[in-house]
Amino acid sequence: MTAPAQDKPLLDVRGLTIEIDSRRGPAIIVDGIDLTVAKGETLGVVGESGCGKSLTMLSLVRLLPNKIRVKSGTADFAGRDLLKMSKAELREVRGGKVGFVFQDPMTSLNPVMRIGDQLAEPLIYHRNLSKAEAKDKAIELLRLVGIPAPEKRIGAYPHELSGGMRQRVMIAIGLACDPELLIADEPTTALDVTIQAQIVDLVRELRAKLGMSVVWITHDLALIAGLADRVAVLYAGTVVEDAPVDELFARPGHPYTRGLLASIPKLTDERTARLASIGGTPPEPGRRPAGCPFAPRCTLSEAICHERVPALEPLGTPTHRVACWVAQRQIREAA
Amino acid sequence: MAAAEPLIRVENLVKHFVVRLGAFGEVGATVHALDDVNFDIMEGETLSLVGESGCGKSTTGFTLLNLHKATSGKVMFEGENIVSLDEKRMRPYRRQLQIVFQDPYSTLNPRMTVGEAVGEPILFHRLATKVELPERVARLLGDVGLPARFASRYPHELSGGQRQRVAIARALACEPKFIVCDEAISALDVSIQAQIINLLLDLQQKYRLTYLFIAHDLAVVRHISDRVGVMYLGRLAELATREQLFSNPLHPYTRALLSAVPEADPIIEKTRRRQILTGDVPSPLDPPAGCRFHTRCPIAMDVCRRVVPEWRDVGAGHHVACHAVGAVAPG
Repeated sequence: MTAPAQDKPLLDVRGLTIEIDSRRGPAIIVDGIDLTVAKGETLGVVGESGCGKSLTMLSLVRLLPNKIRVKSGTADFAGRDLLKMSKAELREVRGGKVGFVFQDPMTSLNPVMRIGDQLAEPLIYHRNLSKAEAKDKAIELLRLVGIPAPEKRIGAYPHELSGGMRQRVMIAIGLACDPELLIADEPTTALDVTIQAQIVDLVRELRAKLGMSVVWITHDLALIAGLADRVAVLYAGTVVEDAPVDELFARPGHPYTRGLLASIPKLTDERTARLASIGGTPPEPGRRPAGCPFAPRCTLSEAICHERVPALEPLGTPTHRVACWVAQRQIREAA
Repeated sequence: MAAAEPLIRVENLVKHFVVRLGAFGEVGATVHALDDVNFDIMEGETLSLVGESGCGKSTTGFTLLNLHKATSGKVMFEGENIVSLDEKRMRPYRRQLQIVFQDPYSTLNPRMTVGEAVGEPILFHRLATKVELPERVARLLGDVGLPARFASRYPHELSGGQRQRVAIARALACEPKFIVCDEAISALDVSIQAQIINLLLDLQQKYRLTYLFIAHDLAVVRHISDRVGVMYLGRLAELATREQLFSNPLHPYTRALLSAVPEADPIIEKTRRRQILTGDVPSPLDPPAGCRFHTRCPIAMDVCRRVVPEWRDVGAGHHVACHAVGAVAPG
C-alpha cells in the first residue's frame, strides 16, 4: 500500500515539460507534469493515445526520440536528478536501478542475439558477474518469469518464442539487476487476456517479493484497478487527476476521468443501453487549446475553463488532487 | 430483437491454409485455421466471436464472406451456398454482405477523398447516378455522424475515430443486410470506442442490420451482443446467449477467459480469485489431438486427449464442445 507521507518518494518528477520540433516551430507536448512514486508503491499512469504518457517515461531514462526534448523540469530519483545526469551516471542507472519494459518486445529485443545473452548483458555490465554466473542468473530469471525449460530457452532467438514468452523475456531483462523502480510501458497491451493475467500476476508477485516500485503505463482502466496503489490520469500532456486507486474509482473528481469510467461497458448494462461517451476528440499534440485542455470536450466547462489553466490541487483529501475549476469550486461550495 | 429464421447458416466450415516451411520452402504444412465450425446468425441480431489471437475468429469472418476460399463446408445465405460461388456469381451477394476492419487507415485509399471512398461502391453496384451521388454520400456521412463537408477531405486529415466512421459509411453505402465487424473498435481510444459502439447500435436499429462482431475485448462484447461464440484454436468451444455465456459459462476455456478479464473496480479486483491458465496456445500447424484445449485445461481427462468432443446443444441453444460438461452440469 501507499507509503507514509513523511517518506521521501523514490521518484519525484516536478514540472516536467517536453517539446517537439514541428513544422510550425517548437510545440509543448508534455506540460509541467508532477508525479511521485513512493518506495514499494505502484503508480498507474493512465491516458489515451497522444496524452504524453510514454514520452514522460522515456524522458526519465533519456530515451526520447530525435526532435523531442525536455524543456524544463526535474526528476529526482533517490536524491539525484535523472534529467541532469552525465552519460556515465545514466548508464549506471538504466537497466540497473531503473528497469524498463516496453510494449513491443519484437522491436526492443535484439533479433540476432540469443535471449540468454540479452539477459546476461546487464548482469555482466552492472553486477560485474562472470559469464558463467550471468548464465546461471539468466536461467534463474527466466524461471522466475515462468518460462518452462529455461536452460534450453536461453539459446533461443526472439523469433522462436511466442508473444507472451517474448514479453516475459522483456520483463526478465527489466528485472535482471533487482531494480528499485520498474517502468512498464503498456507491457501487456499486445497480449491476449489469459497471457495478460499471467503477466499481471507475475508482476504482483515479484513486487511483493522484491519490494520494488512500479510505474505501469496503460490506457486500460480496468487493468489498473487491480494493479495500482495510486493512479495519475493524463490528458493532453497534463496530469488532470491523481488519487489512491479506490478513491479514483469511487469518487472520480475530473470530468474526463468520470467520462472515461462511464464509457467502460459494465456487467449490469442492458444490451441496447447507450454507453456514455465523451464527445469530440483529444487535441493533437502541440495544438492544445488555451485554458484547461479538456474544456472543448467538457460538458461542465465555464468561461474560466477556456481562459486559465487549472492547477492540480487537493480535492477534499490531500492525497486526491484534481486539476478542474468546476470540481474545485463545487467542493468549496459544499464545505 | 432476433427473429426465428437464420439469415446465415454456417455448416461444418473448414479452412486450412497450406504453408511452405524450411529455408527453401521444401516442407509443406497445413495450418488448421478453422475446423468444423457450425452456427446460425439470426436476422437482426449481433453474434460475437471471441477468443485469443490465432483462434480463427477473423478467419471465420473472411471465409464466411468468401474472401478466403473455404476448404469445405457450407455458408447458406438466401438459399445459396455462397462459399461455393466464384467471384462473378458472388457479386450480387457482395453488396449485401459487408465488412469493417480494425484499421481504417490501411483500408481507405489515401489518395481518395472521403466522398470518393464512400461513393465508389454506390457507383460500382449502380445504386445511384453520378448526379444523385453527392446527396447519397452526404446522407451516409450524416448517418455515421460526420458533417457533409468531410466528403472533400482525405483520410490523413481525419482522426482514428472519424476514419472508422468513414469505413462504416462505406460499408453502409450499398445497403447491406449483414456486416462483419472485424475488431472494428479495437484500435480506438476508450472515449472514442464508446462513440463507435453507440453508432453501430443506432445503425443496427435504423437499418435492421445483422452483425458478426469479432473482438477480443469481452467487456465490449458483453455490452453489444445477443449471442456470443467462444473460439479456441480453430474450433468453437461454446456458444450461448450473452446472459447464459457470462453468467453460466460451461466450457473450462470460457471460464478461464472470463476470469482473466479485469473489471474496472478496485474492490472487486482485490478480492476476486482468478483462474490463471498456464502455458501458451499450441501451434495451429500441429493442433493437439482430441479436445484442442486439453493441454491447458485444468480438468482434462483421459478421453479429452483422444476424442474430439461433440458440438452439442445442452438446452435452449446453449452449445458447448466439452467431454466434462453434462457430467457436472445437467443441461
